[in-house]
Amino acid sequence: MDLSAINPIVLIASLMVASTPILLAAIGELVVEKSGVLNLGVEGMMITGAICGFAMAVETGSPALGFIGAALGGAALSLIFAFLTQVLLSNQVATGLALTLFGLGFSALIGQSYIGVKPPTSATLILGLDAMVFVGIGIIAVTWWVLKYTRVGLILRAVGENHDAAHALGYKVVLIRTAAIAFGGACAGLGGAYLSLIRVPQWTEGMTSGAGWIALAIVVFASWKPWRVLLGAYLFGGITVLQLNLQAAGVKIPVEYLSMSPYLITIIVLVIMSADRTRTALNAPAMLGRSFHASN
Amino acid sequence: MTGKLLTINGLTKAYPGVIANDDVSFQITNGEVHALLGENGAGKSTLVKMIYGLVKPDAGSMTLNDAAYAPNEPRAARSAGVAMVFQHFSLFEALNVAENIALGMENPPAMGQLSAKISQVSGDYGLPLDPHRLVGDLSAGERQRVEIIRCLLQDPKLLIMDEPTSVLTPQEVDILFATLKLLREQGTSILYISHKLEEIRTLCDEATVLRGGKNVGTCIPRETSASAMAEMMVGTRLSPPQKAYKKLEKTVLQLNGLNLSPASPFGTSLKDITLEIRAGEILGIGGVAGNGQDELLGALSGEAKSAPQSVQMDGQNLGHLSPNARRKLGLLAAPEERLGHAAAPDMTLTENAMLTAAERENLQSNGFLNWTRSRSFAEKVIARFDVRTPGPENAARSLSGGNLQKFVIGREILQNPRVLVVNQPTWGVDASAAAAIRQALLDLAADGAAVLVISQDLDELMEITDRFAALNEGRLSAPVATSDLTVEKIGLMLGGAHGMEVAHDTVVHP
Repeated sequence: MDLSAINPIVLIASLMVASTPILLAAIGELVVEKSGVLNLGVEGMMITGAICGFAMAVETGSPALGFIGAALGGAALSLIFAFLTQVLLSNQVATGLALTLFGLGFSALIGQSYIGVKPPTSATLILGLDAMVFVGIGIIAVTWWVLKYTRVGLILRAVGENHDAAHALGYKVVLIRTAAIAFGGACAGLGGAYLSLIRVPQWTEGMTSGAGWIALAIVVFASWKPWRVLLGAYLFGGITVLQLNLQAAGVKIPVEYLSMSPYLITIIVLVIMSADRTRTALNAPAMLGRSFHASN
Repeated sequence: MTGKLLTINGLTKAYPGVIANDDVSFQITNGEVHALLGENGAGKSTLVKMIYGLVKPDAGSMTLNDAAYAPNEPRAARSAGVAMVFQHFSLFEALNVAENIALGMENPPAMGQLSAKISQVSGDYGLPLDPHRLVGDLSAGERQRVEIIRCLLQDPKLLIMDEPTSVLTPQEVDILFATLKLLREQGTSILYISHKLEEIRTLCDEATVLRGGKNVGTCIPRETSASAMAEMMVGTRLSPPQKAYKKLEKTVLQLNGLNLSPASPFGTSLKDITLEIRAGEILGIGGVAGNGQDELLGALSGEAKSAPQSVQMDGQNLGHLSPNARRKLGLLAAPEERLGHAAAPDMTLTENAMLTAAERENLQSNGFLNWTRSRSFAEKVIARFDVRTPGPENAARSLSGGNLQKFVIGREILQNPRVLVVNQPTWGVDASAAAAIRQALLDLAADGAAVLVISQDLDELMEITDRFAALNEGRLSAPVATSDLTVEKIGLMLGGAHGMEVAHDTVVHP
């Protein structure tokens, strides 16, 4: 075992890269949940964003256009969810799960001709970090500011807290939620494209491999607070990178234990976070997962 | 004091199967308090929703200050000078007072300025309020102040108040009335919706009575007796419940220093509650909503478990037992929330009968359910309590509030309980159904059961209970014989007016 092979600066840089996809997906889902909607289709929207971004970048040769395509692709898929749950009032949990399954299959279909293709490389800024890492942090900062200090953020929180009261005051609950869902879809799409264009970078079927579910867990871990999403994502990314480094350094623990450790630690952290039931309920949007139907 | 503010002309609104408002017309003049009277389901709520732009009328028109007025959303109503305080508060518990108020305004100032303005207006009208507190931590009276101040900040010409006193202590009602009279002096008209006749007689200048969606007449409340107004409202005479003579027997249920922490973040913890109820007695527990009523019902029904000896029936420890084990022994409960707590909304009445009566009515054997017996038990409840429904195979959700309430209370009463605990037995129920339920509770006690009635309706408690205790911030006062009580005394027992007496003296008369 040679732990001195692990360079802390490289470790931090690779931690930031490893956590960016889930960070992007989680901040999008945070906004969706703040509006009172539970969209379990994050995984499906991520993988759709991954292939849409990949295809767009390959066809145009521009990674930036790829990311825009990914955001549009993720948002388009999420609008299907919005139509089903907000207009047709379908069950959010079942619809979200269906969206994940649909996204996985749909992306595999589009991706047939892109297997083995190399995407255009993205420019790096410092320490091998690309612009998207900082865009992700920027989105978190903006989301925090909007939710805390602006009227739009206040209305969004109000809709998630009590949709009947918001409706009685004349706010358009369905419209606001649809916008939040589309934002969530776009962020998940960006997260997916970050995987296929930068982190990996190539296209393989099912390449998100559960990142969307981790993003959902991070929202709960963060108690629906934007900066804690950053913390949660870095924690998860850090453990992922560390276990890879430990494997490379030849630690004498079976590889399977190391690879399962990020997920195991996520579960343990979630259990600790939700141990105090009343405090968790205090932070969660009160209308989370409940359908809204104007009764008059 | 003259000049028409709002004229309503032939407003009609029909829903599938029911005409909520049928050709309703009346006028509100400037600077008057106008009462809108009626039973539940008489169409009061639909009418004010049309005035506030939440519902569009099928026919009819309104004029406000001689201009046509047809708001298609609340925003339009607010900008025309119409504001509304809702019956079920339209507040957001996890947001603070200033944020709640900002949400109800068209162009709110920056948060800092808004907070200062809230403090100023709340001081002017004697309704003290801290803009930075979380609404979830406020009492019902304080929450209402949030709604009122939200309206006042928009300088309304017409203020609509939907059943504003139903959650207030008598002292809080006095303070509210002082504020409303001050507003009237300043020229604001108030549309005051209620079915409490004495309140209307002290406060209102004119009253319009609705029955079955129709305007059945107007009157000057000060010059009309309460019973005459009640007759206009109901259409027939009502007989008050009869208390039978009864002799009190031995103690059945005892609570010994019951302590319980709440299950929800805005719940109240119960602190050292001690009481005993004798067979044949009705004990009333009063208090403003949110002072531990739901938690007390949960502790008695078995939804929340406590130390074994803290709940005792016939000397046996029950605190650790589950609801079904307690039902088996004869401790039954009917919670406040009809849909979702007392009854499963999408299940039929037969299935709902099975849910609580399986144990005591032998509706099951060895884990198999006997639907025939459950159905006949449901039919018995329907017949005995005059529940208006096509039959026991209808979903609980399809019943009106009053009918479902009769069903859930009747379902427990017919199981022949040793002790029955009810929370808000007549909340949102029309006068005739309420009278039937109260009579049934009196009959049950006369037959030797102990009955615990938790209610916020003081008139109801005065009418049917033998002893009264007040629940305030999770603590229970010592019980007092109801015959020795006046409404004022009860108000003081309920913990005063939550620090509002101070404010009372500082009302500024401009």
